[in-house]
Amino acid sequence: MARDSQAALVALNRFGFGARGGASGDFLNAASDPRGFVKADLARSNGALLEVPGLQSTPALGKAVFDYQFGVQQAREAAAKSAAPATEGQSPPDAKAQRRNLSLNSIAMDMAPKEQSREQAAKPPENPNATMAPAETMRPNAPRPPAPLNIIQKTFRAEALARLQRAIIADCGFVERLVVFWSNHFCISASKGGPARMWAGSFEREAIRPYVLGRFADMLKAVEQHPAMLFFLDNQQSLGPDSRAGRNRNRGLNENLAREILELHTLGVGGGYSQEDVTALANVITGWTYAGRLGQLGPPGSFVFNANAHQPGAQRVMGKIYDAPGVTQGEAVLSDIARHPSTAKFIAGKFVRHFVADDPPPALVARLTDVFTRTDGDLKALAMALVDSDEAWAAPLAKMRSPYEFLIAAGRLLAQIPNDPARYLGGLNTLGQPLWSPAGPNGFPDTSAAWASPEGVKLRLDISAQIASRLADGVDPRDLLELAAADAASAETRRTIERAESRQQALALLLMSPEFQRR
Amino acid sequence: METTMDCCEGIRSSAISRRGVLLGGASFAAWAHLPKFARAADGRDPRLVVIILRGALDGLATVAPIGDPDYVGLHGAIALTSNGPNAALPLDSFFALHPAMPEFARMYREKKAAVIHAVATPYRDRSHFDGQDVLESGFAGPGRVQSGWLNRALEGLPKGERVTSALAVGPTTPLVLRGAAPTVGWAPVAVPQAAEDTAMRLVELYQHRDPALASALKQGIALDKTAQGDDMKPKPGTNGGAMRLVARGAAKLMAADDGPRIGALAFDGWDTHANEGGPVGRLAQLLGGLDGALAEFETGLGPRWRDTVIIVATEFGRTARINGTQGTDHGTGTLALLAGGAVKGGRVIADWPGLKPANLYQGRDLAPTADLRAVMKGVLKDQFGLADKVLAENVFPDSSAVKPMQGLIG
Repeated sequence: MARDSQAALVALNRFGFGARGGASGDFLNAASDPRGFVKADLARSNGALLEVPGLQSTPALGKAVFDYQFGVQQAREAAAKSAAPATEGQSPPDAKAQRRNLSLNSIAMDMAPKEQSREQAAKPPENPNATMAPAETMRPNAPRPPAPLNIIQKTFRAEALARLQRAIIADCGFVERLVVFWSNHFCISASKGGPARMWAGSFEREAIRPYVLGRFADMLKAVEQHPAMLFFLDNQQSLGPDSRAGRNRNRGLNENLAREILELHTLGVGGGYSQEDVTALANVITGWTYAGRLGQLGPPGSFVFNANAHQPGAQRVMGKIYDAPGVTQGEAVLSDIARHPSTAKFIAGKFVRHFVADDPPPALVARLTDVFTRTDGDLKALAMALVDSDEAWAAPLAKMRSPYEFLIAAGRLLAQIPNDPARYLGGLNTLGQPLWSPAGPNGFPDTSAAWASPEGVKLRLDISAQIASRLADGVDPRDLLELAAADAASAETRRTIERAESRQQALALLLMSPEFQRR
Repeated sequence: METTMDCCEGIRSSAISRRGVLLGGASFAAWAHLPKFARAADGRDPRLVVIILRGALDGLATVAPIGDPDYVGLHGAIALTSNGPNAALPLDSFFALHPAMPEFARMYREKKAAVIHAVATPYRDRSHFDGQDVLESGFAGPGRVQSGWLNRALEGLPKGERVTSALAVGPTTPLVLRGAAPTVGWAPVAVPQAAEDTAMRLVELYQHRDPALASALKQGIALDKTAQGDDMKPKPGTNGGAMRLVARGAAKLMAADDGPRIGALAFDGWDTHANEGGPVGRLAQLLGGLDGALAEFETGLGPRWRDTVIIVATEFGRTARINGTQGTDHGTGTLALLAGGAVKGGRVIADWPGLKPANLYQGRDLAPTADLRAVMKGVLKDQFGLADKVLAENVFPDSSAVKPMQGLIG
């Protein structure tokens, strides 16, 4: 087949996470059959699942975080008691807290000794040719090593590392890009608190990944019943006003989750729902919660339906009466709104905006809306239709890579499989896209304007320079440009890289080039 | 070809072969090779630091041949002069040092610093990467070799407890020190900002290819500068301060009794395409930083300075004639600097080719008359007692025709 370098850029960067370096042959493979290269990613059975030894289920993680928090609370209470009779000002409360944390950390370490030893051991030198001592050991007045991680931090890092490694090694990365898209669509925020941080990874593994090439309605149900989402949008606190728990406790409805389901997850703003629909849906999903530490309703950390909190009776949502009892009432609503024409349109538009252009071509959106409707929300069919569209291949590569896409693409090109997520997490924080932690339930922005801001671009340059200072020595940026863009690279970019005064500078410039930043 | 050897004291016979001639030197024959441990028994504990200047240093602006009648015409507005407010520091009747390097000038007067001029690696093209490959690998051409001459020199040393690991300064090991022999790394606390030069090159690229990003980046840079409170003012000591900081840390490590005897570091930013500056300006800032770094080594190594040699080298030089943007383009011949208590200094060592158009390499560059490998070999041989055969076969492969320069260490 003829080699089409421009189409290879589209295949690799628009659909995937960029070409891998080394001997991957990604660019040549993509150039010889661009569509086939992308579609091959969709053809792997269970290719989206992430099953890594050591990553645990949501209930197991839930139990661990409840126990951990319970321990912290007990220790705090014990400390408060023992501190009360003591004379004032003898030991500052900070010091006490630190001591307490240390002992709790050691408990946490005992709970997962394997994790800990792996994290500590996994720091081989970056350059296999040299036995580099860690900089700290040579540094005069080196700071003391940081305190050991607690169970929440360790879990978050392990989940992050698994996701990063998968993205770095994926062949094309289209499926991983789909995971990121859907994970952002149905986002939670790890900064909500301990359980959210603990579950951020398992939420994606359990509620997103199994369905990215499956059915939208199934993903919707899995997401809205996942403890992470219920915690993030406070549905575990929502009580039906007329439920037994609501009457006993004089507390009531929380519309948070219901509103976001309609506004952000399915119909979209202007999708035809009213405040009455929000309230009705909130009533419908009262009782959707997760079992706590004591496990009165089920295994701690698992989804449970709490009939005591559920608002009894029929509800009218989007003009339809739902009178089934219990959890099936909400499931029936979700099933219907997943198939609503507004949902099809909203999802198709967002999908095209993400992959093709900030101003999505209307004809393509219409076609994907139709595919979504016709296939009953088959997300594989949706992805396939996108790859088959001419618009997706013809639109200029004008979208700015998100910070996550940028850092992953850099890791791929430089053939760096991380064994510690810290650098990526730090880079994402700096660039304004902290992993699994968007500022609001609408997720991270998905337009170039958001990521091509002045501070954003300057910070990206600083990060690129840091990456280059660590990794440029063993590589030739001219070769990397061939691997990343080949003859699709502009003459100016080529010249800029060739004329750089050092490999470090050349690599920083390559990572910042339009060919690398735009997709 | 005519030579202008009358510029220097010492040897005046133009009949002497050019290559490897030491001008201004005296007793370069006397130094006999001694095995390293014999010297260690003498109480000598040699140190070697290699400083690589990335970007191709303008040797003609660093040590200016102000006695060469063609120099001012070529270097134009940025040429150094021997008088005026920022006069160059005279080294001899022909060469003068950039005024930003008073410490080096002092070492030179104390005969603890030397200049080797009109020198080059075997590389004759104009790519920084390939030039740095040749400079650091020690091979005759660019070949993507994964080990450097300094590492192989380390391998050639007698195994023993006195010379342990070599020190790689910076976030990664530079190629010159990569290889089978063990190295240790140290990096000062990172200055987490891209160099201004990198940012400017990127702005230039964006202006041609991506105006939206050009505008964003320019604004971002301006915001940064405002936030740092140095709104577009030149930043005295920014580069220089960083160089000093790096040198201070490296010296501290190498001064220790059990510290590394060999170290390598690299300073970026020497690609003076535009607005190079003369006695003041961009290059002056860089040279001031280098000068400060040398002084830091002198101070930090304390008593060890006596047995230390620092080699400062770059991948190639720059054009003899300035370009249309008050800078210089990629050239060939340049200089290397030696500093340290073990250096037999106070000399500019050069077989000066002259700057007449016919004498320039390809009509553009200072023609190299000495091979940088000869300098490196001379230092390694005298400082560590490495044998000619090891130097010619292992350290600098296929270089038996390039004899070690003699008498650099005293």
